[in-house]
Amino acid sequence: MTDVFVVSDNILSPLGWTTDENFTRLKDSVSGIHWHDDAAISPVPFYAALFNAALDRELAARLPGGGELTKFEQLLAASIQQALADCTIDPADRETILIISSTKGNIPLLETNAPGDPELKDRISLFGSAQRVADHFHFANRPLVVSNACISGSLGIITGMRLIRSGRYKHAVIAGADLISKFVLSGFQSFQAVSPEPCRPFDQDRTGISLGEAAATMVLSGESKGLPHPLIKVMDGLTGNDANHISGPSRTGSELSHIIQRVLQNASVSTSEIDFISAHGTATLYNDEMEAKAIDLAGMNDVPVNSLKGYYGHTLGAAGLVESIITIASMKENIVLPTLGFREHGVTKPIHVNGSLLRKDLRYCLKTASGFGGCNAAVLFSKNTERP
Amino acid sequence: MNDLNYIISSCTIGHTGVFKDETCLFAQTDGLGEHLLSLYRSLGLDYPRFYKMDQLSKLGWLASEVLLKDNAILPTMQPEEIGIVLTNANSSLDTDIKYLDTVADIASPAVFVYTLPNIMIGEISIRNKFKGENAFFIFDRFDADFLELYVGQLLDTGVVKACICGWVDVLADDYKACLFLAARGKGGVPSPGSDSPEPGSILFSKENMDKIFREGGIEQ
Repeated sequence: MTDVFVVSDNILSPLGWTTDENFTRLKDSVSGIHWHDDAAISPVPFYAALFNAALDRELAARLPGGGELTKFEQLLAASIQQALADCTIDPADRETILIISSTKGNIPLLETNAPGDPELKDRISLFGSAQRVADHFHFANRPLVVSNACISGSLGIITGMRLIRSGRYKHAVIAGADLISKFVLSGFQSFQAVSPEPCRPFDQDRTGISLGEAAATMVLSGESKGLPHPLIKVMDGLTGNDANHISGPSRTGSELSHIIQRVLQNASVSTSEIDFISAHGTATLYNDEMEAKAIDLAGMNDVPVNSLKGYYGHTLGAAGLVESIITIASMKENIVLPTLGFREHGVTKPIHVNGSLLRKDLRYCLKTASGFGGCNAAVLFSKNTERP
Repeated sequence: MNDLNYIISSCTIGHTGVFKDETCLFAQTDGLGEHLLSLYRSLGLDYPRFYKMDQLSKLGWLASEVLLKDNAILPTMQPEEIGIVLTNANSSLDTDIKYLDTVADIASPAVFVYTLPNIMIGEISIRNKFKGENAFFIFDRFDADFLELYVGQLLDTGVVKACICGWVDVLADDYKACLFLAARGKGGVPSPGSDSPEPGSILFSKENMDKIFREGGIEQ
């Protein structure tokens, strides 16, 4: 089976414009979540990690020729541009595919543009957005769009890995983004799922999610030639369904646990070799409880687990990418970040929620994600420390 | 051991009617809402969740009911071995617009939950207890080439033993569903008295999928 390597990455978030900037802020325990009072988005004030008003100006300065793109598309393009600058992968290469991950894409335009606007239908099509971003970089192939709720980013990585292993492509550029507008915020508010304080994953007093905005890009390749060490590989990944409820997770966690165990089996890695789990950890009562049960069922109670939602909020279609990229940065520096907002153990299973900055050799790390529709995903990353 | 992938069954629902494999079950001219309700009744289904679903989930769910009726292979498989990979062009836009209309008054969580296209995968999974691989992709048009590549790989590498895959798209009065049950090897048995080709005799190929998508069934 073809080895799949992580070649470069980028996170563009309220915490910074590069992966390094982001990781530095995280190590300093800086959160992007703030109090917002903005009647255009919500009738009541709320906590979220949003880009500030300078974003449009910044995007315009960094993306010459990007003026035709919407804000969502510009975010994707700015992130892709940075990730491509850090590697030698050529978008115009027939063996390179662009994969876009988003839950809502340009849907915020429905709130601001007149419903009769003839251009609106084309602009809000997710494939249309992906094609415009692909054209901006002159990608030779048609883009592929993943939209599978909150596992979209993780599924994008899994899909990139598969397409490289299929032999059809050698390289995959996977980019995800979502914006927070009235549409998404009102929806989570209607579920009473938005926390009145910055979210507190796995904590006993957790009261729901904080939403966040980000774009992120991961570039994968079947070739490792010329890559700096340590080499990071995507070992395997799977998705699955709880077959239980469309808006709530499994009561047992057995479905997420099953795919975690299958991923490890496929990669011939044992549970005792897993050094760290980057969980979904949305800080809703049910999600965190389900994840704890899944980790417990998989027999990984001693493995340090964190959630990054206290730094970024829930960045929806970007979340799996953002959190995987931070996982990789953590592997390179052998650091497990604390779960910001976590104070008292608040799930029924004795899992090891990491509450402080932990230094530890990290070789095999898991990323998990779950979303509406009962979907789950697990991706396994490895680090090769041996010099060639 | 047959190492090729086959279309065990197919179902298309569109403006011209409902087709199971190459057979037209119902010729249809009604609008989407009436079409879905009459199909639900004609099939003799009793599933109260149906009434809670949005149009996209209703269409995809009904197509899966027709697709999976009387199939002999899925009962032999574990829930984790059966996957669902769906695609469309308009994501959940039909419901997104309806949801945004509720926001002006009181945002409806019951509508909001359907503003993701993969909810339809959840509905089909809940009904059938399928727990395997999930994915939803958005294209500008039906892309049989991609399905052959992606689903074929899931079958070839043992990620799934069978996969419900295809296209389900709704926007206002425009709609189309075309689902395939794909599996490794010929797993089908002919339904009694049917003139249909032997299930599992149709290769899981982009040419066959394109043909079924266009015509509802393969001409004999």
